[in-house]
Amino acid sequence: MSLIEIKDMYKIYEMGSDKVHALDGVNLTIEEKEFVAIIGPSGSGKSTLMNMIGCLDTPTSGKYLLDSEDISKFSDRRLAKVRNKKIGFIFQQFNLLKKMTALGNVERPVLYTGCRRQERRQQAKEALDMVGLTDRMGHKPNELSGGQQQRVAIARALVNNPPVLLADEPTGNLDSKSGDEIMKMITDLHEAGNTVILITHDSGIAEKADRVLHLSDGKIVSDTRKGSGI
Amino acid sequence: MRIYETVISAFSAVWAHKVRSILTMLGIIIGIFAVTALISVGQSSNAAVTEQIEGLGSNLLTISIRDSRANLDTDDIEGIGNLSGVAAVSPYVSSTYTVKNGNNSMEDISVAGVKADYQDIREYGLLSGRFITDRDSEKRLKVAVIGVDVAVELYNSYDVVGETISIDGIKYEIVGLLEEQGDDETESGDEIVLIPFVTAQRLMENTTISTIYASASSSDIVEAAVANIENYLLQYSSEDNGFTVTSQESILESLDEVTATQTAMLGGIAGISLLVGGIGIMNIMLVSVMERTREIGVEKAIGATRRDILLQFLFEAIIVSGIGGLIGIMLAQFGSGFVGTLAGTEVTVQSGVMLMAFAFSVVIGVGFGIYPAIKASKLNPIDALRYE
Repeated sequence: MSLIEIKDMYKIYEMGSDKVHALDGVNLTIEEKEFVAIIGPSGSGKSTLMNMIGCLDTPTSGKYLLDSEDISKFSDRRLAKVRNKKIGFIFQQFNLLKKMTALGNVERPVLYTGCRRQERRQQAKEALDMVGLTDRMGHKPNELSGGQQQRVAIARALVNNPPVLLADEPTGNLDSKSGDEIMKMITDLHEAGNTVILITHDSGIAEKADRVLHLSDGKIVSDTRKGSGI
Repeated sequence: MRIYETVISAFSAVWAHKVRSILTMLGIIIGIFAVTALISVGQSSNAAVTEQIEGLGSNLLTISIRDSRANLDTDDIEGIGNLSGVAAVSPYVSSTYTVKNGNNSMEDISVAGVKADYQDIREYGLLSGRFITDRDSEKRLKVAVIGVDVAVELYNSYDVVGETISIDGIKYEIVGLLEEQGDDETESGDEIVLIPFVTAQRLMENTTISTIYASASSSDIVEAAVANIENYLLQYSSEDNGFTVTSQESILESLDEVTATQTAMLGGIAGISLLVGGIGIMNIMLVSVMERTREIGVEKAIGATRRDILLQFLFEAIIVSGIGGLIGIMLAQFGSGFVGTLAGTEVTVQSGVMLMAFAFSVVIGVGFGIYPAIKASKLNPIDALRYE
């Protein structure tokens, strides 16, 4: 069974009398442990697709099976649970909570699972250790560099051990040096056995992935896999 | 998310915006303080008056004759005493006079003409001597029973039995000294002189009996006694409102009604300021939801349910209003002395009022916090994440 199966997915926005097909019949299967880049210019529908995969939005029509569960029919409450346990988000803007320390931010997803405090703290510390920020646990986001903030965000994405890591332009707000570091970290995570889906408009970054999907006008126009020789 | 975690999270959000939270709280503090203080003033003045009335004896019945043709004489009044449920009865006539002992004098002293039963009706105790007897009245003897203040003022001693006192220039022999009654708001219960009823009628040149005091034999049958007396008096006056028979209970009831209305009115006026405080909470919560739109989007993306977000914001509102309520109650409690001076009566804040005020502040938090909280919980995560 595939990890992600999208069948005939449409997302139609009505703008006045116009209908905009943000997703126009997308079919997509992603297996476990794949590293997939979704690339396309702005307006191609890649953000919409990411929102669908991330369970932040529901399609107008079509099916979305995540881990063999049909997400398209889920209630708001169950979607929240799926986002919590099965998806790890990494955003371009980092999206850390400003009033909280790095540790507090990483603990947050575990909090929503209903875990007890000690267990939660333990898990968060392990995740921060994985991204090499143990010594910055008590810092607030504004006391950290961009690269460090994104590493905290990665730790937050990893903390519940979700089957899917979803990165939306993770290097978009970073200088090239920290961007490279973050990409290295994401590649390493993939090599450690995580399924990674990367959304970007930068073909240089998309190259790091094993499989590249080109999106244009809400359709997948190409699906290329790298040979086994990386 | 566990409820207590949500509460902790709400606390830290309130704490993170200290100045704003305190300013918002101020509205609730003032509102709850005003409500608590004013209701307490109402209750305390009611309690003070109730105590006064109850001090007169709970079985006391007051009969007022208004019909001038009724023309009751002392024998008719004894008939009241024979009715079932009536333990004692005494006509009552009073006026104020200057009383003297030699050069010592007191002006405007209440002199009342009563019969022997009056002692039981008012539950008077005696420090020395005896009370007025029916024989004193029949013989129109010039004897008097005086209050302690009169004794101290005129004789500078409690040893007054056998002395003479002059009322309006006429000498009376003092036969008894009343126990100390204590002061109430309007008059001293100890600045009085009691003389035999018929003697008083002559002194005051007044033979109509318009006030009669009686007492019911027990507090359970007060109402039956009232009914019996009313029936009995019908033979003297069939006029509407020709006479009235009032028990302490009925006085208390109408008093309670008046003060309850008064208290509700005061509380209602103060409640308006509380309403304003509540609107302040709603206002700030709406601003807070706006400001934190992106944060809400992130929370939703990492697994917060609508319920989590709703409770988070609702608890923030309740924390602000609840703490504001507690501070307001404390201010009312510590400031009750000051408020009492302003209101002219001793004010105590009852624990029931405190509890009610606290509950009310929480209700305000829920009432005015629910709309912003629902608004926050319904934010679409995509729009919220995109929000700048």
